[in-house]
Amino acid sequence: MMARRRRTNRHFVSTRIWHWVNLIAIVVLFMSGLNISNAHTYLYWGDWGFAPEQAWLEVPRFPGWMTLPGYYSLAKARDWHLLMAFPFAFGLLFMWIAMLWNRHFRRDLATNKREWRWSAIRRDIIQHLRFDFSHHGGKYNFLQKLAYGGVLGILLPGMVLTGLSISPGMEPTLWWLVDILGGRQSARSIHFLFAWGLAEFFIVHVALVLLTGPIGHLRSMIVGGEHEPTNPPFAKTDTGDPA
Amino acid sequence: MSILMKRRNVLVGSGALMLGACSKVHDTERGKRFFEGVDDWHQGLQRALTSRNALAREYAPEDISPFFRGNGSTDPQNDGYPDHVASNFANWRFTVGGLVERNLSFTLDQIMQLPQRTQITRHDCVEGWSAIGQWTGPQLSTFLQLARVRDNARYVVFRCADDYTQGRYYESIDMIDALHPQTIVAHRLNGAPLPVRNGAPLRARVERQLGYKHAKYLTGIEVVASFADIGLGKGGYWEDHGGYQWYAGM
Repeated sequence: MMARRRRTNRHFVSTRIWHWVNLIAIVVLFMSGLNISNAHTYLYWGDWGFAPEQAWLEVPRFPGWMTLPGYYSLAKARDWHLLMAFPFAFGLLFMWIAMLWNRHFRRDLATNKREWRWSAIRRDIIQHLRFDFSHHGGKYNFLQKLAYGGVLGILLPGMVLTGLSISPGMEPTLWWLVDILGGRQSARSIHFLFAWGLAEFFIVHVALVLLTGPIGHLRSMIVGGEHEPTNPPFAKTDTGDPA
Repeated sequence: MSILMKRRNVLVGSGALMLGACSKVHDTERGKRFFEGVDDWHQGLQRALTSRNALAREYAPEDISPFFRGNGSTDPQNDGYPDHVASNFANWRFTVGGLVERNLSFTLDQIMQLPQRTQITRHDCVEGWSAIGQWTGPQLSTFLQLARVRDNARYVVFRCADDYTQGRYYESIDMIDALHPQTIVAHRLNGAPLPVRNGAPLRARVERQLGYKHAKYLTGIEVVASFADIGLGKGGYWEDHGGYQWYAGM
């Protein structure tokens, strides 16, 4: 059963298209976002805030090589940010519909009760610390599911929702969302924190891809073909549940 | 490893090239028009998702910020504005013109005799900060009704008294925002006459858009079918000189 599944496409075509569109969108959104952050480097909680004494964080100014454009321009950075918001938000919506439709979510990402047992989690963590990234027969191990689930379920939609919440034109409709988030400046703070959460995921994600056979990973995310993970031999004796 | 390093260098290099190209694209006339189109998409989507007269949030008096920050012009020195400050704006006029059946001119006293709206709203600057204040003044729709807007009217241009670094400030909004119940010509902030910093004696409040649309030091409004012939043709000071988005609902 597992073997047959491995021989079919490792990634759905919907996953592959979304992955690369989303990569472009996220890089542009992040770099233009850092330029926008330079316009006002203080973050606040609640509805309002305009001066250092109300801020909970003074953000450093980001250098030109981190921003888009590579010099301070709030207007141009906003142009890029507002442009890429479309493929980002609608792409995410598309990915969620595709994931639920083709059962990628239930089959590969949804966790079960047994995976949440502390002993199982500890075993996963220890394996990761030994640089053993075996998947226990399923497509992803628990920590991967947690990371991908957290990104797809919390951080990415969180960016869309907080972005909408700081838009004065949307607030008459989405006032309840602004309330849930704790006010417009809270939404702006969360937008910033989630962006850095995604940056962190990005770094770990790329590092793990590089550590576990980047060429195979890249190939399977581009053409979707067969990819045999190169796991240490002892991992193969591990009988994980097929979830 | 060295192959990997090279590959990564190529990736990083092509990424940098792509981002560099992004900046170049932006500066072409076609690029600018494209991004104006993006602005239109946001406006279209927001308008589709939000009803015409949906109100921006109004707050309670205890939510008012202890200070209302001023941005842009905060103390104009041009064309006799300081004299108006000195005379407490006794000779200030607010005119209504353009595509209307009758041109109107108001003194501040006359403006205060019109029906008033008071609203405690949050001001969101494009830079990112917010402040909450209580604003009082007649609805912009009152002026438009008194002047009787012609059928071909599409935009309301705010005329201002202040020269900022590159010329006279102005702004424009479409008729949907112009007729919105919370769009007012404010002459009071937190119960007191507007401070100079915040646009004395009159400023626009356009509560569903960012701060730069809320023109200060208002001398009048002009109803137009197109703003292509005004200023540099982009519909506002920051749109003309800074490349900012004309629709600022996000």
